[in-house]
Amino acid sequence: MGRISLRSVGLGLAAPVGALVFALLVCGVILSITGHQPFDVAEDMIGSLERPRTVANSLNSATTYYLSAVAVAIGFKMRLFNIGVDGQYRLAAMLAAALAGASFMESLPSVLRILMTILAAMLVGAIWSGIAGFLKVTRGVSEVISTIMLNAIATALVAFLLNPDRLAVTVAGSNNIGTAPITEGGQVPGIPYSGSSSDVFGLIVLAAVVGVAYWFMLNRTRFGFDLKATGESESAAVASGVNVKKMVLASMLLSGAVAGLVGMPQLLGASHSYSLDFPAGLGFTGIAIALLGRNHPIGMAFAAFLWGALDQTSNVLDLSGVPKEIVVIMQGVIVLSVVIAYELVRRYKLRLEQRDVGRALGTTKTPEEVQA
Amino acid sequence: MNVAVRTGTVHALVGENGAGKSTLMKILYGMQRPDEGTISIDGTQGDFHTPADAIAVGIGMVHQHFMLADNLTVLENVVLGDEPRGGGGIDFKAARAKIKDISARYGLGVDPDRLVDELGVGERQRVEILKVLFRGARILILDEPTAVLVPQEVDELFGNLRELKAEGLTILFISHKLDEVLSVADDITVMRRGTTVASVAPGDVTARQLAELMVGSALPVPELRESTVTDTPVLEAEGLTVTSPDGRTVLEGMSVTINAGEVLGIAGVEGNGQAELVEALMGIRPLQAGRIALRGEDITKLSTRKRRDAGIGYIPEDRHRQGVLLEATLWENRILGHQTKAPSVRGLLLNRSGARADTQRIVDEYDVRTPNIDVLAGSLSGGNQQKLIVGREMSGNPVLLIASHPTRGVDVGAQAAIWEQIRKARAEQLAVLLISADLDELIGMSDSLAVILRGRLVASYDPKAVTPEELGSAMTGAGDGEES
Repeated sequence: MGRISLRSVGLGLAAPVGALVFALLVCGVILSITGHQPFDVAEDMIGSLERPRTVANSLNSATTYYLSAVAVAIGFKMRLFNIGVDGQYRLAAMLAAALAGASFMESLPSVLRILMTILAAMLVGAIWSGIAGFLKVTRGVSEVISTIMLNAIATALVAFLLNPDRLAVTVAGSNNIGTAPITEGGQVPGIPYSGSSSDVFGLIVLAAVVGVAYWFMLNRTRFGFDLKATGESESAAVASGVNVKKMVLASMLLSGAVAGLVGMPQLLGASHSYSLDFPAGLGFTGIAIALLGRNHPIGMAFAAFLWGALDQTSNVLDLSGVPKEIVVIMQGVIVLSVVIAYELVRRYKLRLEQRDVGRALGTTKTPEEVQA
Repeated sequence: MNVAVRTGTVHALVGENGAGKSTLMKILYGMQRPDEGTISIDGTQGDFHTPADAIAVGIGMVHQHFMLADNLTVLENVVLGDEPRGGGGIDFKAARAKIKDISARYGLGVDPDRLVDELGVGERQRVEILKVLFRGARILILDEPTAVLVPQEVDELFGNLRELKAEGLTILFISHKLDEVLSVADDITVMRRGTTVASVAPGDVTARQLAELMVGSALPVPELRESTVTDTPVLEAEGLTVTSPDGRTVLEGMSVTINAGEVLGIAGVEGNGQAELVEALMGIRPLQAGRIALRGEDITKLSTRKRRDAGIGYIPEDRHRQGVLLEATLWENRILGHQTKAPSVRGLLLNRSGARADTQRIVDEYDVRTPNIDVLAGSLSGGNQQKLIVGREMSGNPVLLIASHPTRGVDVGAQAAIWEQIRKARAEQLAVLLISADLDELIGMSDSLAVILRGRLVASYDPKAVTPEELGSAMTGAGDGEES
């Protein structure tokens, strides 16, 4: 038993580690061709990771990436592609920010304010993804198409609402506009990181809770079983009594609710207002991380941190004149190669197991069978 | 295990599911590597790492499940992966000529320009054979080639095999349909649990003796003991009408009643509404009209899950599609279809230890051959998957079992076990709807028999008095059974 689980862990790591090594090689080659020293670049990046500030910032990026990845993974487990995490979190963050910054909230206790903000974000995210789920269930519209379109609509809607006539105010001393700033009672304090000028988002705890809840839902609950079964074989799930339409709707709502959380660490921990420069595109990063982390709660945590660290350490490259884009190339190569690597490992594993089964059965002969 | 195949013969490899036939075949075709031992072709030792190595020495394989692209023509399918080059592109002309030549030489009758989508099952199989011949195979491995064919197609296939043999090709034929093996093979090797147990010539043995060699004990016969039929109806279905998505009526006003302790067998040529009947009863397919009651309670409007909760067990006809999750472990598969019932769940949570313990019980009671319950269902042989499904569907004391081809693709040993379990449950007042293509099974295992034709029940028979021939002609619409 111990041997087998060791083997499965080894096989589980083989694909991401292999993809990472391959991506490093590709980037090394590209750097050499463009006249840079790959080892110097690597040294610079690793060196910058020794600075506490870079680590704190990496953790902060990882927090948002992780939430985004979980939102995507919930869909992936059902073979649903929620491409719309991006629009879901932006709309959710904006509306939640408007609520959190509203003047009537100031009289409420801090915990209640924060909870209300977070719940509002989840609700908005769920409604936005729910539209896609509803269309799929009732009209058979592909969720890929509808979520992409909803992303565009969300962009327009945010632009419409983020206007001084409606939900926005001009940010003092700049051309920027944003929702009314959230006063201190509505903010989530950061966790100081020794030696770093920037704190770690307090809502990193929320990401951890979401990760545990995701794991628990998938592995310990009936709902999670139905979800995985539908993803593995819809026809078998139907025969077992799963109502696939209900599952599609439920998982889209759940995915959207988690997507609503994506903007929260940044909003409540740093920006305190949804303005024009609020980070965008996190939903797409989530897709990459869910792929790299194989929809696994722990795998995605590592993937999210890797992504965050790559982003943050790339800042030093400007100093040495190396284009930062090399990191984007690396991230792209990792995702592409990991998808292939996972499939290879999956097939290899299946073959190994079939051989094990064969061997185990071949050696269970009873005496009378041998003499027959 | 040892096997020697003579050139220019049809060599049959028989054995129960899980005896190691598929593994041996995969080794021969380079899909898997042997831990020990060697393979020699015409005296030279081969070392196959991939199927390409096997193809290079002239071994070709025809898979049980066809690997053809429906939207391509026969020609395109045949050259796929082995395209003859010429003039900067694919030399379709040369390929077409070669296909026609092969087709004519071995009497395959394959037209290279037809779309695979238009071909019947038998024709598709000939395309598969042509595909391996096109790659220059001299040794053909056929994995249960008759499993998907109707009797006439089987005869045609055997005709083709004889022609191939006459041209000096060697054929390794894997099957567990013994009468077929006896009619076509020159030599027979029997496998059991990973070793060769006997090599016999078809003239020296009967199908029965061969089967007994395969299982290593006397053969089971499908038969019921004394009648256990009561007059308490369990399933009452009236006027079931189902239309297919394209508007055809596939089930028309069908009424079925099964009493406690009764096995109702449905005979029919495949595609006459059996699948629709089963799926309508399970709530998978919507009803156009009709009413279904289980133990007097109307379940017409209930979901599949609620019907299962009410006590319906379901053995689907296609286990890979509907019966198991191939990439989930055995104990997870134990939960499938029983997501609402103890011992698999506790409230809204899964009960892992309960499910695992009960999986172990099924593995022991139903002789599912597996090293442990943590292997993926997909790595078990088909028969063992089926035993797991039967065991699962029998648990939780169902009142009605809907069994579609419960022993299809299952070896004799597992077949006997499954029959025995159905008999036992029947004695405990289980009502069973049995659908099968195996007429002996239908006649032997049913308390009453009905024939389905074009979506209607056209005749009913007393299984004690009917012969397979009579049933057969009723199934094709030529019979004169008493109208029901």
